[in-house]
Amino acid sequence: MAGSTGNGKPKRLALISSKGTLDWAYPPFILASAAAAMDWEVAIFFTFYGLPLLKKELDAKVSPLGNPAMPMKMPFGSEGFQNINWPMPNILMANIPGFESAATGLMKKMFKNKGVASVEELRDACVEMDVRLIGCQMTMDVFGFTKEEFIDEAEIAGAAAFLAYAAEAEVNLFI
Amino acid sequence: MGEFTVNKELDCKGLLCPMPVVKTKKAMNDLAVGEVLEMISTDPGSMPDMQAWAKQTGHELLEAKDEGNIFRFFIKKTH
Repeated sequence: MAGSTGNGKPKRLALISSKGTLDWAYPPFILASAAAAMDWEVAIFFTFYGLPLLKKELDAKVSPLGNPAMPMKMPFGSEGFQNINWPMPNILMANIPGFESAATGLMKKMFKNKGVASVEELRDACVEMDVRLIGCQMTMDVFGFTKEEFIDEAEIAGAAAFLAYAAEAEVNLFI
Repeated sequence: MGEFTVNKELDCKGLLCPMPVVKTKKAMNDLAVGEVLEMISTDPGSMPDMQAWAKQTGHELLEAKDEGNIFRFFIKKTH
């Protein structure tokens, strides 16, 4: 089988997810679900700000503040209107109450309109295809997370356990 | 369609990466070896993605048709 390494073992992908904003929540779940769809073995190690992506209720947000490459576009109106970029100075964004919630809502709507799956759907697909979702024990201790806050499929481990898995992976990515 | 007997159809129109390959993988689980899935998508990225997917999974991509706004794939389950 071409999806295997030639000695019968499936290919393996090891991902580290270290960022928990809505924009950074996508890449690990997209890559993991695509790899699992190709019959690869996949594990994602959630550490630091990536850890909340294991929570039962996802509440990832995005902020254009200090994120100058993020396009500011409207998910409604004519095509011409939707293609307009609305750059906004940091000093202005920082002082508008609810700005992040608004930006998060706009990004979710834009993604939905274009046919991008939600982070929840992608995570569900990963779970269904047996992607291992591993929470970092140290980050849990530091930020005060408990295993009960995470989805039932989450495992808990440390750096050494993840590295032992990653050492046998064809593809290793830090996100 | 013509040349192939299609055993199952999968509509991925309007979906973007990675959902066409994810849904294709799930749909293959419902087929027996030798049966053929027809998947239809509108995402231009599904053309290179489905070729890579077939190569990685070992299932046979019998045909990948670019019909302009629609992409049509015929995949035979091999294992």
